[in-house]
Amino acid sequence: MTQERILAYTLPALVAVAVIGVWEWAVVALDVSPFVLPPPSAIVDAAIANWQSLMDSAWVTLRITIAAFILALVLGVALAVIFAQSRTIERALFPYAVTLQVTPIVAIAPLILIWVGLDNAERAVLILATIVAFFPILANTTLGLRSADRQLHELFDLYRATRLQRLMRLQFPAALPYLLAGMKIAGGLALIGTVVAEFAAGSGTSTGLAWRIIEAGNRLEIAKVFAALALLSAIGIAIYGLLSLLERQLLKRWHESARPKE
Amino acid sequence: MLLSFDHVAKRFPSGVEALRDTTFTVNEGDFVSIVGPSGCGKSTALRLIADLTKPTTGTINWSAKPPTLGFVFQDAALMPWSTVEANVRLPLDLTHTDRATADTRVAEALALVGLEAFAKSYPRELSGGMKMRVSLARALAAKPSLLLMDEPFAALDELTRERLNDELRELWAKKNLTVIFVTHSIYESVYLSSRILVMSPRPGHVIADLPMSDPTTRDPDFRISPLYGDRCRAVRAALQQGGAL
Repeated sequence: MTQERILAYTLPALVAVAVIGVWEWAVVALDVSPFVLPPPSAIVDAAIANWQSLMDSAWVTLRITIAAFILALVLGVALAVIFAQSRTIERALFPYAVTLQVTPIVAIAPLILIWVGLDNAERAVLILATIVAFFPILANTTLGLRSADRQLHELFDLYRATRLQRLMRLQFPAALPYLLAGMKIAGGLALIGTVVAEFAAGSGTSTGLAWRIIEAGNRLEIAKVFAALALLSAIGIAIYGLLSLLERQLLKRWHESARPKE
Repeated sequence: MLLSFDHVAKRFPSGVEALRDTTFTVNEGDFVSIVGPSGCGKSTALRLIADLTKPTTGTINWSAKPPTLGFVFQDAALMPWSTVEANVRLPLDLTHTDRATADTRVAEALALVGLEAFAKSYPRELSGGMKMRVSLARALAAKPSLLLMDEPFAALDELTRERLNDELRELWAKKNLTVIFVTHSIYESVYLSSRILVMSPRPGHVIADLPMSDPTTRDPDFRISPLYGDRCRAVRAALQQGGAL
């Protein structure tokens, strides 16, 4: 492991230890009420005491996040391929994709919930999270598919390549760095979308982490709220880490972004 | 005669007129260099020959059916995500050449440019000169009878350029190719060519067709010979007369 890689892991860990230490000390020293800001030790206690319910809820949130991410990936790439084939279709449909992107999820959550049925809150959350995660994949992949080298396009013209050959051998590989960057953004957005959608569309049938936060907040179990937030952060970091790893593996041989410093 | 440009003109949708009333012929086995100032339509002429764009007026005639083409671009235009071997194999994959034949041709093409040892390397691991060799190998893998080269060595240092000039001359002689070579360099064109077409400034047309066939072999001594100097002066004079210098 290079010195740079070691620093990349140890520096954030040292910052975390320092912040937690100062936090623990400050809460005790300043006599802060645990209903306002519990000390980290109380959050750990709350996490241990509620481990099973928090894990169950984390699994629900993670499951929907992954499903939303995969749906967004499939839909985003498919639509980007269609856009890359025809500027006319792109011009016709892209404004609607933008409209969907800029519409606040909390505003459309009630509608989606009504359409899928109040008993299908999880399905509503999935749809809402997919909407949130979909746009960066669509926008990045569309840009990537159009970014292949012009001279390489001419080479494909010269040898009378079919559309499929051009797509598979030229446009997809050229779009890969863009797609992976979009996936890293979409991974985080899928989680945010799931949690916000759980807040917005959640009901008694929703059992994700957002619901645990609402429930604990209503009971003034602030340490449990923090424990759930810590779990959400851990899921977000894990998603980002996995997608970064995938990016590094796929690009390390050829792309400048993955080139180690000399 | 292999091909002829018959009063060809090319105007782009932007209104730029790249070529006007351009007429010339290329014979089988020629090494023709097209020399002229920037923007005079040299590259457009190559793209017209490759059928990558259509003439606005005039016709391009072939003696028989258009031959198999190879194209070497100004930048090596390699796929960075593919190995050297996969890059060279590309034309064969696109034309559905069977695997065994493709393997043989890729190996032959890499041997011709001296890059067998780099078959599994990626383009970013190669120098500029090596990338251009890969680009040349890719063009040769398709077994072209007409090789189109668009300022392929313009971005290379002088020593690499001279070495690649020699290798290209050798290939041309060995493979019985017809080459159309676009360049800015008077010196390069005189060293390489059996004929030089001198173009006017935009809108370009041929203002001189200079034979350069002898001596048949070129070596470093030719670069310092009086004949070489005379020919460079002749090309320069043609460019001056045409208003390009």
